[in-house]
Amino acid sequence: MSQRISIPYGGSSHIARRRMYNTFWLIVLGACALALIAPLVGILGYLMVKGFSSLNLAFFTKLPAPVGETGGGVANAIVGSLMVISMGAVAAIPLGIMTAVYVNEFSRGSRLATVVRFVCDMLNATPSIILGIFAYSVVVLPTGQFSAIAGSFALFVMMTPVVVRGSEEILRTVPDSIRAASLALGSSRWQTIWKVVLPAARRGITTASCLALARIGGETAPLLFTALGNDFWNLDPTKPTNTLPVQIYKFASSPYPDWHRQAWAAALLLVILISITNAIARYATRTKTVA
Amino acid sequence: MSASPSFSPLTGEPRVRPFASTPSRTLRRYDRLAFGLSVVSGLIILALLAGILYQLVFLSVPALQRFGFGFLTSTEWDPVHEQFGALPFLYGTLVSSAVALLIATPFGIGTALFLTEMAPKNVRDIIAFVVDMLAAIPSVVYGLWGIFVLAPFIQEDLSPVLQKYLGFLPLFQGRNDGVSMLTAGIILAIMVVPFITAISREVLLTAPADLKAASLALGATKWETIWKVVLPYSRIGIGGGIVLALGRALGETMAVTMVIGNMPEISASLLRPGHSMAAVIANEFREADSAIYLSALVAVGLVLFVVALVINLAARLLLWRMRGVAKN
Amino acid sequence: MNWNCVKLNLTAATAALLISGCGQPGGPVPVNADGAGGASDSLMGGGSSFVYPVMNRWTSDYNKKTGVQVNYQSLGSSGGVKQFTVKTLDFGATDAPMNEEQLAEVKEPVLHIPVVMGAVAVTYNIAGLKAPLTLSGPLIADIYQGKIKKWNDPAIVALNSGVALPDADIVSVRRADGSGTTFIFADFLAKTSPEWEKNIGVGNSLEWPADSIGGKGNEGVSAQVQRQANSIGYVELVYALEAKLPVAAIINQAQKPVLPSVESVTAAAAELTTVPEDLRMSITNATGDGAYPMAGITWVVARETMDDASKAAALKQFFTYILSDESQAKANELKYSKLPEKLLTPAREKVAQIKGKP
Repeated sequence: MSQRISIPYGGSSHIARRRMYNTFWLIVLGACALALIAPLVGILGYLMVKGFSSLNLAFFTKLPAPVGETGGGVANAIVGSLMVISMGAVAAIPLGIMTAVYVNEFSRGSRLATVVRFVCDMLNATPSIILGIFAYSVVVLPTGQFSAIAGSFALFVMMTPVVVRGSEEILRTVPDSIRAASLALGSSRWQTIWKVVLPAARRGITTASCLALARIGGETAPLLFTALGNDFWNLDPTKPTNTLPVQIYKFASSPYPDWHRQAWAAALLLVILISITNAIARYATRTKTVA
Repeated sequence: MSASPSFSPLTGEPRVRPFASTPSRTLRRYDRLAFGLSVVSGLIILALLAGILYQLVFLSVPALQRFGFGFLTSTEWDPVHEQFGALPFLYGTLVSSAVALLIATPFGIGTALFLTEMAPKNVRDIIAFVVDMLAAIPSVVYGLWGIFVLAPFIQEDLSPVLQKYLGFLPLFQGRNDGVSMLTAGIILAIMVVPFITAISREVLLTAPADLKAASLALGATKWETIWKVVLPYSRIGIGGGIVLALGRALGETMAVTMVIGNMPEISASLLRPGHSMAAVIANEFREADSAIYLSALVAVGLVLFVVALVINLAARLLLWRMRGVAKN
Repeated sequence: MNWNCVKLNLTAATAALLISGCGQPGGPVPVNADGAGGASDSLMGGGSSFVYPVMNRWTSDYNKKTGVQVNYQSLGSSGGVKQFTVKTLDFGATDAPMNEEQLAEVKEPVLHIPVVMGAVAVTYNIAGLKAPLTLSGPLIADIYQGKIKKWNDPAIVALNSGVALPDADIVSVRRADGSGTTFIFADFLAKTSPEWEKNIGVGNSLEWPADSIGGKGNEGVSAQVQRQANSIGYVELVYALEAKLPVAAIINQAQKPVLPSVESVTAAAAELTTVPEDLRMSITNATGDGAYPMAGITWVVARETMDDASKAAALKQFFTYILSDESQAKANELKYSKLPEKLLTPAREKVAQIKGKP
């Protein structure tokens, strides 16, 4: 650091001006922070006002109602979302943790490990709609049908790098001394990882996985032409499936006021579910993170 | 495995090999198995990126062959006559993201400074919670709010004011539409603010406390310390964060699709509807009925992919440089 | 809860159809005995977004009645045709009939079955205007070609005597995206204005002549018209009625001004003299005093011989259901126009032709 710091001398008026400047800019900074509250209150407020009254039992147990029929719910979308997300997560979380183990435990600092980390960052930066195209071309086209699996695959590709980077960061916080201690006691590498390192990082990895889940939970773009949509119940992974975000999009882009009302309710529900996931993530480590 | 400590050129971390030896033969077999599994996991990650790139290139070849470089410079997007040019989408993506960053950057950095330098703990917790919540709201929910709340507000309240005071700028001339480049920019700004805040905050926390203390001890005010010590120190890192946020904004799909107006036109006015690369794919991919149409859409995806990766690389270079500065 | 109902219903699906379907008053539902044996319990369809709301209603009611799931997704007409062609859908739905090229691509005989009718309404924004405007095909063609520039142009005044029209420039609004709405609009203009036919033609999207404003989807066009003073635009009738937009009466072939409505659209097909054997046709500029001239048909398309016999049976039953008087009446409730007898009869005959590969 070779930054020149010049604090000029001056009379009392000069000091007063500097004080004024100081106060002014500190207020500006505070205002910036407070300004962020406005859109949040705006969004959450509208969600509550427009959506809350529609969150009744039927909303959680009924299928979406066609135009002209009141009531109805998004039960199949909730179940569909859970199915698509959990199938994606079941593949992404072990793969992500295993990769993190490779990067940080088996081959720390090796060229391949560096490349893998780098590729994870690139996958992380890939727009989600691209993952939709990818899933369409490698799952939908070859199998000849839109399906929950295709949607899960897109979410899986999206989630894996998040899990890798998150877990890897946690693994890095596990001190090498406990690895050395385990090895010195005669454990093998895998025993050390499985019995010592991973348990030490368990909470952190849970947090990383939950954050990754929260991130993909609201994704719509990659599902538009993979899981597609369905107005009925579906538990068959090889069939098109409704999901909450896609249902919100469908409701929102229709001309019907009753569907708009349900869009708000479904959006409120989605935000609540994601917030709960985030809260679990936070609870697991009980540390505060921004974003 | 060299005995002397070496450092990774990319990450600057020491290369440590914690497992120099393994005890018994049977256990070593498990080790091998686990190692093999972990290598395979890593390779799967590589394969995914390679697969994405391959599919994008493979599927977009027909369009790129037919339209060549003109695909990037043509403004015509005409599915009926099968003429495809991606310029309006490229333009819309870049302009809406630029608007977003212009709005989000001061708020993001300001909030980060407020959090790191000023806020008392309980206020900090509240603001951090707000930022977390903003980051947690899904794109489609932003879009929903955008079409029903923000777009009418911009059309009826904000645009007339802009036109009254800034109407001499081509940016705010012409008809004022609720769904517009400006609406998309504002929605995107709200969406990337948490991102800029988070990264700036991380970077700002690395500013050495002794420098700050020295500055204050010399009689500098808090603001002078921030402006002349903290910010210069963190400049590059914050720059990296902003570029990362740009990468985020470029790829954002649903919220933009719902508020940008979806018109493949290039207009100087921000109050007019536009289109973006992600939005055109989301809108038209399912409907594309001819092979060349589909291929053109994938080609748009390829352009988007390349732009996003280049931006991300640039951001990482800045952040690495920052880390380099921090080490010295 | 509902899901349990579905599961319970699966076994009783066909029986339920026979009992409740036939038992409905006002609509005999002919169910072929041969189809009743091994009908599939799920079908996949998609296409026309215009027909989505009513299709959604039909599939929902059909599911409640029979337990059969017909999953219809809104993909746009061309998307429906494409996905139907590559067999990711059991049936497609489209607002424009498949052309010869598309038919050739399927390689098998394709049935076009009309299911419901729609129309294009001309909407406008003139402050203080109460009475509906009357317009004609050539007039609209001239407005969109930029030949008539002012609302108080003598040609417009001639059709609207007694209406105070402003001395203001007309702003024309059109669809920015490809759409069946534009197709019907252009089809009518081409039939009534030789100039339009020569210079512009007919298509899902057009090379627009004058300086017109594009809007995406019906929402886009209607939003533009609402905010832009002295503008004119065209939207789907269902949308115009739902959004309560002002609509113009259009002079039809019988030289009568007709307002678009659920009934005047049905009337457009009621007096058809000839119905082509394959049912691919245009009903714009129809004859008949009460016929609204900018009307169109939505078809479902299916293969005459399906690979899977159980799907063929299920499809046949579902199509029979949506062509029943009861279902057609439901369409009317949603402001769609039901098919007239003249089309219902041949449509039902087409349905009977669907069969599975032996």
